[in-house]
Amino acid sequence: MSGYELDARRMLCPMPVIKTQNKVKELAVGDILSVICTDPGVLSDIPAWARINGHTILGHQDNGDEITIIVMVGS
Amino acid sequence: MTIKHKAIALISGGLDSLLAVRIMQEQGIEVEGINFYTGFCVEGHTHAIRNHDKDKQKRNNALWAAEQLGIKLHIVDVIEEYKDVLLNPKHGYGANMNPCLDCKIFMVGKAVQWIQENRKDGFDFIITGEVIGQRPMSQRKKTMPIVAKESGAEDILVRPLCAKNLPATKPELEGWIDRDKMYDFSGRTRKPQMALAAKYGFTDYASPAGGCCFLTDKSYSDKLVDLWDARGTREYEMDDIMLLKVGRHIRPKSEFKLIIARDAGESKYLEGYRKQFVTIQVVSHNGPLTMVDGDIKPVDFELAAGVVARYGQGRDAKKVKVHILVPGEDIKIMNIKPLSVEQVDEEWHV
Repeated sequence: MSGYELDARRMLCPMPVIKTQNKVKELAVGDILSVICTDPGVLSDIPAWARINGHTILGHQDNGDEITIIVMVGS
Repeated sequence: MTIKHKAIALISGGLDSLLAVRIMQEQGIEVEGINFYTGFCVEGHTHAIRNHDKDKQKRNNALWAAEQLGIKLHIVDVIEEYKDVLLNPKHGYGANMNPCLDCKIFMVGKAVQWIQENRKDGFDFIITGEVIGQRPMSQRKKTMPIVAKESGAEDILVRPLCAKNLPATKPELEGWIDRDKMYDFSGRTRKPQMALAAKYGFTDYASPAGGCCFLTDKSYSDKLVDLWDARGTREYEMDDIMLLKVGRHIRPKSEFKLIIARDAGESKYLEGYRKQFVTIQVVSHNGPLTMVDGDIKPVDFELAAGVVARYGQGRDAKKVKVHILVPGEDIKIMNIKPLSVEQVDEEWHV
């Protein structure tokens, strides 16, 4: 299991979702990906994408300017 | 043993594709969805840049539809490839800059490519939510075969909502799906789709009347054409097409355009461009952040600042203090008189 980071700042949805989806394809089951975003839409979209594609959201941090979503890669 | 067949469905997030997939699922077909992001897609989050939409539920309708259907969804960035569709549409444009028929051919063609590149996943055919007569350009009886032929999909393209009005496809002829359990919808009425949605228990789906593409919007198309005319080229980048969705666009001179935020949400969004573009802000009164797109000369700063001041709370003041920030330079401070309504020429509004 490894940790990775993805910078999706200043991107508007669905680009952060697309970037997350494409990054996850390179990772292994159980890897952890932190996605840093600025569009609050990711709080709905990345969890929805994760649910339908079998990944797990471990949590998120929102400091007002940036949102970091933690994704665990599923099978 | 019965072989389970599999289809890839074009999911826009609208009601038609939602229903088309459910009809196929009822026939035992395993479905995955695909959604193409051209950059011109109308999505809640680009609207949500503006303050007044902040209370709206934020969701991507394609993801929402996939979740309702219990299917996987692949979202594909086609921004670069789509440029050729927009700039050189073989079948021309609709009422605005919308190349709807070429767009449909392109997307079905991308689905064909997806099937070929993912052979291990075993997709047998393609599903769309097209309905004959639903759209004046891309969804007509005459254009349905054109989409099938020019996309390369040919007889593996199934439109469950209007299949009974079309020649039988391979999945029907092979007995993978039952033609009698599909539909014969046609025309612009949405009533049959809404009745079917009720039957399936779908509520809260994206507005049936809502278009899915900014290119069908006159105001957006006008701004796009203005951008091309001003630059003397039809090239564009992602930032260009996003910025056309934001702010009030005013072009006092052919060389530059002002993008004036309409509220705090848009101001915040434009903040992200401060390092790339000249920005103007009234600092003595509340006012919007403004971004300058194009080549503004120092001699035009006063004109530009006068226009910007017109849209702030200091519009009736004798003088307002303005900061002009050119990337990499010190802030320029100006005290200027805001332009009057009459001085902001109607023709400057893009």
